[in-house]
Amino acid sequence: MLSTLILLPLVGAVVVALAPKSLSKLLGAGIAAATLVVGVVAAFSYDLDKGMQLEETYTWIEAFGVHYALGLDGLGLLMVLLTVALVPLVLAAEWFTADDPEGGGARAFVAWTLALEGLSLAVFCATDVFLFYVVFEATLIPAYFLVGGFGRAGRGAAATKFLMFQLAGGLVLLASVIGLYVVSAEQGEPSYLLSDLAALDISTDAGRWLFIGFFVAFAVKAPLFPVHTWLADTTEKATPGTSVLLVCVLDKIGTFGMLRFCLGIFPEASEWATPVVITLALISIVYGALVAIGQDDVLRLIGLTSLSHFGFIVLGIFAMSSQGGTGAILYMVNHGIGTAALFLVAGYVYHRRGTTLISEMGGIEKATPVLAGLFLVAGLATLGLPGLSPFVSEFLVLLSAFDYAWYVGAIAVTGIVLAAMYVLWMYQRTFTGPTPAAVEGTADVDAREIGAVAPLMLALVLFGFYPAPLLDVANPFTESLLAHVGVEDEAPDVPPSDETHAETEGDH
Amino acid sequence: MPEFTKPDLEYFELLPLFIVFGAACVGVLVEAFLPRESRRLPQVLVTLLGLVGALVATVWVAADIVVHDDGAARGVVGAEGSVVVDGPSLYLWGLILVFGILGTGLFAERRLEGGLSAFAGQAAALPGTEAERQASAKGLDHTEVYPLLLFAIGGMLLFPASGDLLTMFVALEVLSLPLYLLCGLARRRRLLSQEAALKYFLLGAFSSGFFLYGAALVYGYAGTVSLAGIDQAVRAGTADHGLLLAGIALLAVGLLFKVGAAPFQAWTPDVYQGAPTAVTAFMSAATKAAAFGAVLRLFYVAFDAERWSWQPMLAVVAVITMLLGGALAIVQTDVKRMLAYSAVAHTGFLLTGVIGAQGAGDLAEGQYSSLEGVLFYLTTYGFASVGAFALVTLVRDAGGEATGFGAWTGLGKRSPVVAGVFAFFLLSMAGIPLTAGFVGKWAVFTSAMSAGFWPVVLVAIASSIIAVYFYIRHIQLMFFTAPEPDGTAAVSEASLLTVGTVAVCLAATVVLGVVPGPVLTLVERAGDFIR
Repeated sequence: MLSTLILLPLVGAVVVALAPKSLSKLLGAGIAAATLVVGVVAAFSYDLDKGMQLEETYTWIEAFGVHYALGLDGLGLLMVLLTVALVPLVLAAEWFTADDPEGGGARAFVAWTLALEGLSLAVFCATDVFLFYVVFEATLIPAYFLVGGFGRAGRGAAATKFLMFQLAGGLVLLASVIGLYVVSAEQGEPSYLLSDLAALDISTDAGRWLFIGFFVAFAVKAPLFPVHTWLADTTEKATPGTSVLLVCVLDKIGTFGMLRFCLGIFPEASEWATPVVITLALISIVYGALVAIGQDDVLRLIGLTSLSHFGFIVLGIFAMSSQGGTGAILYMVNHGIGTAALFLVAGYVYHRRGTTLISEMGGIEKATPVLAGLFLVAGLATLGLPGLSPFVSEFLVLLSAFDYAWYVGAIAVTGIVLAAMYVLWMYQRTFTGPTPAAVEGTADVDAREIGAVAPLMLALVLFGFYPAPLLDVANPFTESLLAHVGVEDEAPDVPPSDETHAETEGDH
Repeated sequence: MPEFTKPDLEYFELLPLFIVFGAACVGVLVEAFLPRESRRLPQVLVTLLGLVGALVATVWVAADIVVHDDGAARGVVGAEGSVVVDGPSLYLWGLILVFGILGTGLFAERRLEGGLSAFAGQAAALPGTEAERQASAKGLDHTEVYPLLLFAIGGMLLFPASGDLLTMFVALEVLSLPLYLLCGLARRRRLLSQEAALKYFLLGAFSSGFFLYGAALVYGYAGTVSLAGIDQAVRAGTADHGLLLAGIALLAVGLLFKVGAAPFQAWTPDVYQGAPTAVTAFMSAATKAAAFGAVLRLFYVAFDAERWSWQPMLAVVAVITMLLGGALAIVQTDVKRMLAYSAVAHTGFLLTGVIGAQGAGDLAEGQYSSLEGVLFYLTTYGFASVGAFALVTLVRDAGGEATGFGAWTGLGKRSPVVAGVFAFFLLSMAGIPLTAGFVGKWAVFTSAMSAGFWPVVLVAIASSIIAVYFYIRHIQLMFFTAPEPDGTAAVSEASLLTVGTVAVCLAATVVLGVVPGPVLTLVERAGDFIR
């Protein structure tokens, strides 16, 4: 099942690359849709209470103790679903812009996108650290060609910067992966299986060093202050569709990795590092939001808001409580949906106005009311308006932050205030104001464009009012993870999921 | 006076050597007796037959060797102790012969130069003279390159299999002298080529001197030149330890020069750039394999008991080599020079693997040894390197191969396949997963880490990051940079010889990256050196 899920888009990418150019987009859409179907089927055969399932394990490189091992748990399932859902939407949103004569052509765009999808799915399903590392690094190549081949002038340099940051992080991770082999070999037969590694008795010092390697790589990926500088450049130059794939899917690997590997293999070191990590997360939250306020480029602005959001996710993860863990996982999903919507709608605006500079926009609201509405909803989701899904996760994370220490919660809350500023101010400058003559008569969004973002909007509202499906998947994972780390919640008065329900429903 | 006894030769186990040297002699005879115009085809055939025959013989021998008497390794000590045919030797023989066959393909390519080979029409004609023009107009060709190639390969086969220091020295010379000549035979930019040959020869001769001096000192210490004898003497710990250390250092200089390690790397960029690219392609892969084979045998067999004194030395050399290679590659503006400095960096990575030597008892069950890691790395790097240089021969403008970065701008748009494959080889050298290079890198770094050399591994990681930068920059140049207005190169149509070579290298790089298992098993089965 999982192999099919991964191989379908990968083989699809090769097929698209070999097929005639006129068929590229249709084939790509078909393959992406088929992958979505496989993903949904996998979700239906998933049993909520069984932990890791749908497992496949084959020996891959015997000499290194490496397995081709796949499996799905709650966290992996949510990420897989997010990925398979976003890719068809991205293809739909970029349907015509992929043909841009300046870019590398629709065939290349579709093929690289599918390759990225397949490899990302492999990342989320891998239960062998070596396999994870291999696909973790391999995702960078399609991402590099997507950034470098499509988008605006200066993208070549942006792509190189992106790749350098990611590969540097990846190589630091390599050191730790190698270290794990050494530790594993010292304690008997070397093996990279996650289940074997979690059972290893790693000495405190070694565990901390190895943890640092893992954490640095994931911090670059996520991104976290101070290794975030590639983010804004990349989202500014890449097409909005590519940015969705990067920020909403690929970057999730960072926080995914922190949950699965940092906490899963190095529980002691994770707790040890908590103060530093939470400080970095808080800096990311506030700094990202402040810098976002000052941006004049709408795509850059959205990229930087993600820095702030990833700060929240990391905060939730390292607050080490069940609200925090579940909140972070939910946040990953909701951020994926909300930011994807924002990027895609911003892309629509860009194609109508021919500029991404906020100062040169303005006044398009009257000509394109539906577009403006979509943008506003996506923006409100980003700032965490109650009733839209990001609110639920933000709330959970803040709860855990206050639990951790009141000042941590207090600093994190400022991120929400700042988010309201950057979103609303951006909306005001982009859409409202007197309608310039050049803008009158601009076509509003057409059916295809609405179709590409409608599922995202629906999901934002649905999960805003009824987050139970997400919570049901995330909670068992968080519980078993925290049990592994050895942390217990400080006697909660009300079970966390009920509490959220009450909050959410009270607000609308 | 002792009675003369006829040496007893293991003809079967030494068959690959006999075939290669025999083919080389036949090549010389062909050169002597056939008329000039009709030499090429017979020469190519003799070379290919010789190499393929030797490869078959190698496989045959490998299938047949049995455990040597002490039980730790398989193979035989042949030719009165001077040639050791054991697992690692046979693996390296196979590897070198494959690179030789690929190299022959590149040597024989004639379509790129409009029906002429890449070698000078008449090497003795001074560049820019009437004689040179005549040679060129008559379409002359130096077919001597084929026997030279065979002699070089013969030396390379002997080098890692030598059982004593003298054989090792002879092998070193046999492999080097033909290479010096081949480097000077480029058809285009002949002054550069001749300069490269002279530089290579002078420095090479100098380093051979170091090697000999070292051999003499070690003989003074151990009273024997056989590696097994030296091993016993070192274990016994005879007096004059200083003599041994000086000997090790001098021998290391000779070998490190051949592999292009810092501070003896200075020849690498000039020679790689000046030599005909076909020679560079062959040399970069095969010389490295042979020389590292010799390094491994010398240090692992003869000086095994002295590990604690040479491991730190090689660690320092590895660190300097990696950093220097990576840093200098960044400032290059010529593809061949960039690849040359990248070769230097890879030497550093290989040395990182060499220092990972551990006693047999220190390894966990199922853990692979540093020897296996280095052998695998040589395989992965060799294929990527041959492939990359082979592609360099295709990118041409009016003046022949265009190796300046400017000419490569925007190549991805004009010839996506060539640029894509070249990018793939670069990614493999950079060690990106799902390419062969990654598995190789992983293997050598793990050995060093297991042996406790984690600082070296951290430096290796840092220099990998540096190396990634210049590889990626070149990919950006090919795919995302607008073509320079003043002349860019195009991809010339090549014959099946070059295309086939590239295809084999590409296939190897993909397969070794995705399913390295079978080759790793092969390396594992090669086992240890005979001590």
